[in-house]
Amino acid sequence: MIEVLIFATLNGLVTGLLLFMLASGLTLIFSMMGVLNFAHASFYMLGAYFAYSISLYLGFWGGLLFAPLIVGVLGALIERYGLRKVHDSGHVAELVFTFGLAFLIEEAVQFFWGPDTKNYQTPDLLDFPLFTLFGQEFSAYRGFMITISVGIFVALYYVLTRSRIGIIIQAAITHPNTVANLGHNVPLIFMLVFGVGTALAGVAGVIAGPVLTTFPGMALVLGSIVFVIVVIGGLGSLAGAFIASLLIGLLQSYAIASDVGMADLLNLLGLEFARDHPLDDLWTLTLPQIAPLLPYLLLVLVLIFRPSGLMGKREQ
Amino acid sequence: MKMPLGKLPESLRYILAALALLMAGQSQAQEPIRIAFIDPLSGTFASVGTSGLTQLQFAADYLYNDKGGILGGRMIEIVPFDNKQSPTETQIQFRRAISEDIRIVFQGNSSAVANTLHDAVTRHNRRNPGQEILQINYSAVDPILTNEECSFWHFRFDSHAIMKLEVLTDFIAANEEIKSLYVIGQDYSFGHVVSETTEQMMAQKRPDLEIVGNEFHPIGQVKDFTPYVTKIVSSGADAVLTGNFGADMVSLARSIIDSGLEIPIYTFYAAYDGITATLGEDGKDQIHLVHNETANPIPTEERRAFNLAFKAEHPDRDVTQPRIVNALSMLVKAMEESQSTEPAAIASALEDMRFTTLTGDQAWMRADDHQLFQSLHISVHTDEGIEFDADNSGFGLRTIHTVAPEDNLIETSCRMRRPR
Repeated sequence: MIEVLIFATLNGLVTGLLLFMLASGLTLIFSMMGVLNFAHASFYMLGAYFAYSISLYLGFWGGLLFAPLIVGVLGALIERYGLRKVHDSGHVAELVFTFGLAFLIEEAVQFFWGPDTKNYQTPDLLDFPLFTLFGQEFSAYRGFMITISVGIFVALYYVLTRSRIGIIIQAAITHPNTVANLGHNVPLIFMLVFGVGTALAGVAGVIAGPVLTTFPGMALVLGSIVFVIVVIGGLGSLAGAFIASLLIGLLQSYAIASDVGMADLLNLLGLEFARDHPLDDLWTLTLPQIAPLLPYLLLVLVLIFRPSGLMGKREQ
Repeated sequence: MKMPLGKLPESLRYILAALALLMAGQSQAQEPIRIAFIDPLSGTFASVGTSGLTQLQFAADYLYNDKGGILGGRMIEIVPFDNKQSPTETQIQFRRAISEDIRIVFQGNSSAVANTLHDAVTRHNRRNPGQEILQINYSAVDPILTNEECSFWHFRFDSHAIMKLEVLTDFIAANEEIKSLYVIGQDYSFGHVVSETTEQMMAQKRPDLEIVGNEFHPIGQVKDFTPYVTKIVSSGADAVLTGNFGADMVSLARSIIDSGLEIPIYTFYAAYDGITATLGEDGKDQIHLVHNETANPIPTEERRAFNLAFKAEHPDRDVTQPRIVNALSMLVKAMEESQSTEPAAIASALEDMRFTTLTGDQAWMRADDHQLFQSLHISVHTDEGIEFDADNSGFGLRTIHTVAPEDNLIETSCRMRRPR
């Protein structure tokens, strides 16, 4: 039992931190520009695919270095020449723009790389078990994922709260006009934030690609869950996104590890239903069976009881 | 409006008239036989769909069109329809196919889609006698379509889930080293069939073998299978059995391999379309598949010639589903025998048909339920003794166990209702 608990925690951490890398960029972009970027997970997919192609020539580490850069530059260009033009037409236009972009990127990926799963592998350097506990291995690569994610969180937090550029960004979130009057180039800052946000998604793609498999549906699988995190954490809150990411990662992991279901609940209540009961499917439901859907349940609960999210500041 | 034909020189008028005659004659003699292919060509499951389409198109050209067509010179034209593997979209695409006057429909991916299509076909055929549609199911293996829900207009060219599980569980039961089994699958009709049937069969064949886990997960929703693998490890299972396909299959297998768990994994779909390359060296001798039509060692020269010709035209693809070729060949044989392209005549000719596939298999279409019977194989993922690899990876499937069709005749509950 204790082994399951330990590994469930570790697995939850890996998933949670990976989700955070995506959510951090998304929430940053939202808090600054007021745009929910529907194409965010698509940049994550682009990161994985670019890294795969680069890794064929320069190995995994080349991909880790260059793929996020390419994705970031691409993101910045899309902001500069696409999103900024649409910005004048209001938020709905921006929303629709990113929505369309997500489809466009998915089709482009299928066009250039084809619909098959790509053979994108973890580097040989990290191809060993970090430790073995109760006969279960924890791979070094997963440890590496945790390290990178935590490193990015710390760096991001430091830059946003301690550095000069971070202070300007924070000011631009709440008082863009004042910041512009002080002589700062606010559109440039927007572009930069969008570029960094998408680059972070790119990093997530690079390191997740080898373990979660690189295929054209990978953006779709992760896309919706990232929005759930941003909403649960509170739109625009970095700390909220961090907590929500870990919460959801652990929640899913524990739910899968658990072995309880409706049957146990009924036993507890002293009830029993026949096997051919019309609602048999409901009575035999188990927690692991619905684990991947729990985040959405949590989303609904949060929206009902705390619409601003866990750490959200806006209370309109 | 008066045609300006009269102003043309005499000679040109004759040429034009001759041309018009020629074209009219041609279109009559060579009107193609059009076949709809309704499967996912975009979206998450596009990989399998496009690969199937390529194989069907190649088979039509290589076996028939390049040799002058069938039924006295008519070409086979495959018309693709993209259903994105969604039941709703399937109905729309089915309507489109009907409006284009197509009477034969190929479909294979996802039993949920096949069942929907089957309902649509049945409804259409009931309402439009004389305009029936023929459903050629080359891959959807939920047994229901050749049992409770069987129909005269539906033919299945793949062994259904229970037939495959019979072979797979026999194979597992014969291995005395396997004392416990973990079953994991996608939470939909096919996944449930696999889970329930495995439990039943194992209880009969090896009462001492313990099913230590029987798990469902939402289809296409799981990002990371590691938490599931943690459970598999702690359950102490000696083997894993799964009906997963596509991304769910790769992710599951990779997670098992990455966790260092070296137990056999018994699957239906863990090969080709990028899966074999992704599993690579790590999955060697660990991944097992149950399937029709041996890939390695190649049994006949015909099969070898077909594969080589396919590879020459599509170097990045493989012949992943020979059953598509069988379905087309048997369809053509039925057309030739009945000298007709009418679904009713084709269906009657297909019933009880015996056919030798390119691989040398003796296939039989049972009239009772329209289920095809041919030998089934268990193959292993390896790079040894592989002539035709998958994904150009050097790895492929090598058959290690074969069951003859007569040893796998599963009974059916179908009560076929034939049109008068």
